[in-house]
Amino acid sequence: MAPKVRPAFSDKMNLRLPKTLRMKFGVIVFPGSNCDHDAFYAVSANLHQKAEFIWHDSTSLGDVDAVILPGGFAYGDYLRCGAIAKFSRVMQAVRQFATDGGLVLGVCNGFQILVEAGLLPGALIRNRSLKFSCRDVHLRTETTHSPFTCAAFKGEILRMPIAHGEGCYFAEDRTLDELEAEDRIAFRYLDNPNGSLRDIAGILNPGRNVMGMMPHPERSTEPLMGSSDGLTVFESMLRVGQASRPVLAPAVKR
Amino acid sequence: MTTITPDLITQHQLTPAEYQKIVDILGREPSYTELGIFSVMWSEHCSYKSSRLHLKKLPTRGKLVVQGPGENAGIVDIGGGYVIAFKIESHNHPSFIEPFQGAATGVGGILRDIFTMGARPIAVLDSLRFGRPDDPVTGARNRRILGGVVSGIAHYGNCFGVPTVGGECIFEPCYDGNPLVNVFALGVCRKEDVFYAKAAGAGNPVIYVGARTGRDGIHGASMASAEFTEESKQKRPNVQVGDPFMEKLLLEACLEAMQTGAIVGIQDMGAAGLTCSTCEMGSRGGVGIEIELDRVPQRETGMTPYEIMLSESQERMLLVAAKGREEEVFEVFRKWGLESVEIGAVTSDGKLRVKHHGVTVAEIPNRELADEAPLYDRPHTVPPAVKQAPDPIGVPGFLSEIDVQTALPALLASPDICSKRWIWQQYDHQVRTNTVAGPERTDAAIIRIKETGTSVAMSLDGNGRYCYLSPREGAMLAVAEACRNVATVGAKPVAATNCLNFGNPEKPEIMAQLVEAIEGMAEACRFFDTPITGGNVSLYNETLGEGIYPTPVLGIVGLMKTAAPVTIPFQNAGRSVVLLGGIGTCDDTRFGSSQYAKEMLKQLWGLPPALDIEYELRVQYAIRKILSEDLAESAHDLSDGGFAVALAECSFGPAEIGAQIELESHLRPEVLAFHEAPSRILISTANPKRVAAIAKKYQIEAPVVGVTIEKGLEIRQRTITLGAWEIAALKSAYEGAMENYVR
Repeated sequence: MAPKVRPAFSDKMNLRLPKTLRMKFGVIVFPGSNCDHDAFYAVSANLHQKAEFIWHDSTSLGDVDAVILPGGFAYGDYLRCGAIAKFSRVMQAVRQFATDGGLVLGVCNGFQILVEAGLLPGALIRNRSLKFSCRDVHLRTETTHSPFTCAAFKGEILRMPIAHGEGCYFAEDRTLDELEAEDRIAFRYLDNPNGSLRDIAGILNPGRNVMGMMPHPERSTEPLMGSSDGLTVFESMLRVGQASRPVLAPAVKR
Repeated sequence: MTTITPDLITQHQLTPAEYQKIVDILGREPSYTELGIFSVMWSEHCSYKSSRLHLKKLPTRGKLVVQGPGENAGIVDIGGGYVIAFKIESHNHPSFIEPFQGAATGVGGILRDIFTMGARPIAVLDSLRFGRPDDPVTGARNRRILGGVVSGIAHYGNCFGVPTVGGECIFEPCYDGNPLVNVFALGVCRKEDVFYAKAAGAGNPVIYVGARTGRDGIHGASMASAEFTEESKQKRPNVQVGDPFMEKLLLEACLEAMQTGAIVGIQDMGAAGLTCSTCEMGSRGGVGIEIELDRVPQRETGMTPYEIMLSESQERMLLVAAKGREEEVFEVFRKWGLESVEIGAVTSDGKLRVKHHGVTVAEIPNRELADEAPLYDRPHTVPPAVKQAPDPIGVPGFLSEIDVQTALPALLASPDICSKRWIWQQYDHQVRTNTVAGPERTDAAIIRIKETGTSVAMSLDGNGRYCYLSPREGAMLAVAEACRNVATVGAKPVAATNCLNFGNPEKPEIMAQLVEAIEGMAEACRFFDTPITGGNVSLYNETLGEGIYPTPVLGIVGLMKTAAPVTIPFQNAGRSVVLLGGIGTCDDTRFGSSQYAKEMLKQLWGLPPALDIEYELRVQYAIRKILSEDLAESAHDLSDGGFAVALAECSFGPAEIGAQIELESHLRPEVLAFHEAPSRILISTANPKRVAAIAKKYQIEAPVVGVTIEKGLEIRQRTITLGAWEIAALKSAYEGAMENYVR
């Protein structure tokens, strides 16, 4: 395979590429998060970046450059996936961080929480099969115009696993049209595993600094786990992460 | 005050002699609560009263074994300062009555057994048995049980965050009314962080943590110690309800609390709940425990001492802390939003004393209760005579009326052999990012240990058909196959755990099956140097007097270096296909236990395949050597369905590389293609010479039986073509069959 040429990310945010790609990732730990250690390991062991866990009742995210909402079953996913997590104290800090332009990546349950919290549009409902599904899927990179995908080619096919029971992306047509018109669909499934409308696997917020996706990039960051394609997401974040860091770390007082 | 009548004693499944023993121990008549406590502790499920005598025959020691049977899980040293804790347990009876919750709480129970030792669970495998999904009469119910069990396992394991990485699933009519749900779990921790379920230090506080106690699961242990009757459905309330989220919190909180150094001993509340955890911890430590039931968190009002002591509500733990350091423990549990309450203290008098509203409702010596349960040397004759079909010629279709060409696709789509993708895709098999090889990629699941840089290979195996025909040989074959699976991924088997599923031990011929199987297993485990570090016995697997096939299930754990695995599918065309161990042989008697006999002839007769245990070991040495020299591009052992099925499975990779095979043999075609003689592994290699040299060194046969090709699969016997197939057609039959059965 020819070596990938990474297109430089340029955006209206007018980012300066940092000289040293050192970033600190905060991994939020809700009671019931179970991919928290995986995200931590991917970032620290496979990307050689700093990582720290942030407990769900923290009011501040400290000095992190990016936040990951990991997979799992936050608060048991009672009522509805992510429905309780959105009320947790740390989500106020995450919301502020996002408003200030900080990078927020929600994976699987993290995506569900972002949607419940209103940081991303739409909803994630039960898989069409009504069953939990864990398997590899192929994703098409729909936009490279984002801090999560700028290290990919447009149209690049990435392989990574899904593991969810409620991953069917659902929104009204107007929202879907808007997502398409604003180039905010980050990834689409090639072989839709859950019935998501318009094959949507991952989306961006209007500011393009918040992304939610059902597939697990953190599970595909080394060949031994079957794929390294998930690195693309984190390497993209690395390219722009430091530059897009909020000037002041948000401190949400209660 | 309930008076103890003979009826009440019978209802508690205690015999008059057992009752007399209770009276002797106490020196008086027991109270109603005490009767309940004795009845669960002395149930078959908790006391192993029928099997204990024979379980002693199993090898349990080895140089890597840190902890053998008797604790919540066995512990094995994996080097680098780390140990693994693992065990297999059954949840058969609850899973029949309420499949979803029965299976879910089965997973929950074994996970608690692992983390109560201080180890974080990192893998789960399941061994499942159901009635046939395609049975015209019982099929609908069997499919419902299958669906419920699989979703229950998925629900609990996925939410808890442990990958379910493998297992087996077999269908036989004998499991119609008695499905088997055996769950294996494995965890890892630092050697010095191992915790034991042992109370110590008079005056130390006894602390209850986790979920509140309700009326669910009362007498679950006794239920698991009786046959099913028409009335069993009324026992639905005896099945507990699981909450994996609570268990996940309990895991994190317990592991964190253990790090404080303030915990002396800890045990989960599984079967027989508070009763079992108090008296076992006391007995192991040679101390007494006194508890006040008023302090036990309860989710229902008006619970009696009897109900509180016997409840099997899930997600609860009992721990003993160092006096004066309780607050450190409470603080951790508060952080995780869990209740933790001091309910009593360790005493020095060796007694379990239970109080309710300040009044003593039970006072029993711990040791007699926990360790001096009745022990039975139940009469055993010989295993039941199997309907001999000594004249297989009389079996319709036996003389090759069914050709290999049509039999292969039929077998690949049969319930036992077909891909279980429909099942394992419902399990998160990757969470924790340690899964080097998950379901159906290799013969054994491989989980890496990040902390040590090494990996663990695991395999479960059991074959009820083989054991029905010969419990002794069947058990030995199960050990051999599980070890072979582990060897086929390059690991060295180091330890075992077993789950013995049998019928009613009060029947001498069933007891004989149990004894024979244990003896066979002991012999094989001793031979392969895989001591049994723990396990579980599930008896009374009978419905309306009809027993299951004797089904001992073996879990073998092996150690290996972490590396990209050599998987089942052929990788490249033009490679030599080598059958390590050789074509093997099989006479008509031994062919009666094969999947061919089951699916094509609808028969079971004779004996299981013949095992030459020394040859088997040499084959395992050879495959490990071949893998360590990177000579094999693919490796797959032969089991159900024999050579032709294994060959087809090797062709189902993404590239669909097939093979052209020419076998030199005098066996009849269908026997040659489908017999199940053990000690055989199919590999593809670019260096057949070096493979042959290794085979020679270990004195095993290793004929080159063919070559891999771009497309298609063909088997010839000398010059006659037995069958030729399009791979895509075989693959879709194999992969789609399960979906079709459950539809």
